[in-house]
Amino acid sequence: MKFSIYRYNPETDAKPYMRDYDIALEPTDRMLLDALVRIKAHDDSLSLRRSCREGICGSDAMNINGKNGLACITRIADLKEPVTLRPLPGLPVIRDLIVDMTQFFKQYHSVKPYLVTDERPPEKERLQSPKERDELNGVYECILCACCSTACPSFWWNPDKFVGPAGLLQAYRFIADTRDEATSERLDNLEDPYRLFRCHSIMNCVDVCPKGLNPTRAIGKIKDMMIKRSV
Amino acid sequence: MVKRIIVGAHYGLRGWLVQRISAVVMAVYTILLIAILFSQPNLDYATWAGVFEKQWIRLATLLFLLSLLLHAWVGMRDILMDYINHTGARLTLEILTVLALTLYALWSLEILWGAG
Repeated sequence: MKFSIYRYNPETDAKPYMRDYDIALEPTDRMLLDALVRIKAHDDSLSLRRSCREGICGSDAMNINGKNGLACITRIADLKEPVTLRPLPGLPVIRDLIVDMTQFFKQYHSVKPYLVTDERPPEKERLQSPKERDELNGVYECILCACCSTACPSFWWNPDKFVGPAGLLQAYRFIADTRDEATSERLDNLEDPYRLFRCHSIMNCVDVCPKGLNPTRAIGKIKDMMIKRSV
Repeated sequence: MVKRIIVGAHYGLRGWLVQRISAVVMAVYTILLIAILFSQPNLDYATWAGVFEKQWIRLATLLFLLSLLLHAWVGMRDILMDYINHTGARLTLEILTVLALTLYALWSLEILWGAG
């Protein structure tokens, strides 16, 4: 199977380049990550992140034939040859398919992705009704692979100021949580032309999310709550 | 100067809302105007001028044009925020945009109610 892979080693290469590979696959190679592991066995200078190999850890996010996705849950049979692999767009490349996620995680941390409450911890767990818990479905499943944020032009232009779809999805996850008591502060934190309103709902994030989540809908709900409190 | 990234301007909701509401106003006006023009027996200059003789059409048109200008302001500011990183350059372009749009607003009044 033919591959064209982005290669860049800042220590030896003046510029990034695309390297072609033609690799014989085994019948057991089902997912793109299997093929990448085979390529790495043949050329161990190729660098990539991977860990759980089943779409849970979010390490092997990359740009596959022009669309961001996880190599481990992308079926080889669905890919057109030559398979073009590039690092996630918009983030600094450390080496080959490995990008520097610092900016991405900075935005994630800026929304305080943890429960904020003044209440004394109860004897057992903090309870929610099944209905209250339902609001977290489709929001809590995010694995922070960065496929969505790096597919978002608004994040490309202002990665330092725009929270990005992944961060905003997490922000809504805690706004929607009935056990959290910092809702007003969270909305204050986001009411900013850059942090939230760079989103123009083009839905690239929804298109690429390997977990099938919908950050655009979460962002819409945050805007709804802002309207409710100020109109 | 501090190099830290500073955010938290505590505005943005109104602009976003204005863009949506103005879009609805423009859509309604567009449908209305098309309906009026197509319901005329023959569409020549005299008919056109006659339609705009009516005061309520002029007011509706003014509402449409003001919506258009507000819509354009939010849109232009979005474009400048996305692509112009230098704060001074962005402020200058934003001021020029506001001045141009204000001029268009005055010009709209002149067209709708001016002599001739």
